[in-house]
Amino acid sequence: MPAIQSPGTEEIHPDVALVARAKDGDTAAFEQLVRQYERQIFRVAQHITQNREDAEDITQDAFLKAYEKLEQFQGNSKFSTWLVRIAVNESLMRLRKRKTSKTVSMDEDVQTEEGSIPRDFAEWRPNPEQNFNQAELAEILRKTIQGLPPGFRTVFTLRDIENLSTEETAEALGLSVPAVKSRLLRARLQLRERLSRYFGKKKEGLPA
Amino acid sequence: MTCTDFLAQLTDYFDGQISPELLEEVREHTSSCHHCEVVLDTTSKTISVYRDNEIYEVSPEFRDRLHLAIMAKCTAAK
Repeated sequence: MPAIQSPGTEEIHPDVALVARAKDGDTAAFEQLVRQYERQIFRVAQHITQNREDAEDITQDAFLKAYEKLEQFQGNSKFSTWLVRIAVNESLMRLRKRKTSKTVSMDEDVQTEEGSIPRDFAEWRPNPEQNFNQAELAEILRKTIQGLPPGFRTVFTLRDIENLSTEETAEALGLSVPAVKSRLLRARLQLRERLSRYFGKKKEGLPA
Repeated sequence: MTCTDFLAQLTDYFDGQISPELLEEVREHTSSCHHCEVVLDTTSKTISVYRDNEIYEVSPEFRDRLHLAIMAKCTAAK
């Protein structure tokens, strides 16, 4: 474990001790890890599958699998990144099962240039989200991200919503760093384009 | 810097991984190109609106179920 071998040069993540205790059979330590990451894992699964029931199943399966495989976790990456990777794999598998006739992978829809060139140049109103109540805003954000191809919304979710670094996102998805960057750019631009419909200033002279 | 060059730098710009020289070029470009200025501003807002608003919440019922399942697994494994 690099973090332990080089104290002083790298801060040891608090999860390292919890994982070590959990490996020794300390149930409370594992439960603490579940509490820390259950919301994140659920959000990742829900963003990828777009289905609450699936996301709940995946969250449970991901933690149970993590518990089974805890001995295999070597600490080369953060525990949370390892966990996210398990959840992403479970989520993509679930999507594939649901769409039996269609292949779902991280590579889907990345060949097309569609959505990579901005077309809407309307400025947004100041604090546009304040024009909607919380429920309306959540609905807009859900509908908008649902329209992205799974590969794009997964990268956006990990990088921009869950705040993983580009390198961690690449590791969790089994992609190269340039591949993550390219998908991220297109995910951000496509979301921006779609949100402009709700948040953009109306053109003068046109009905609202 | 052209609009295409600007787009190519956008990810590094938002991730704070852009060199000072390119950052200066991005600033120069957006001060003279209104379209790219809008793209920069609204993409930044896109990221923050998703970051600041949690749209999927774990239900308390599911959290209870999850912890029961985890505990059952841990106890069985002992």
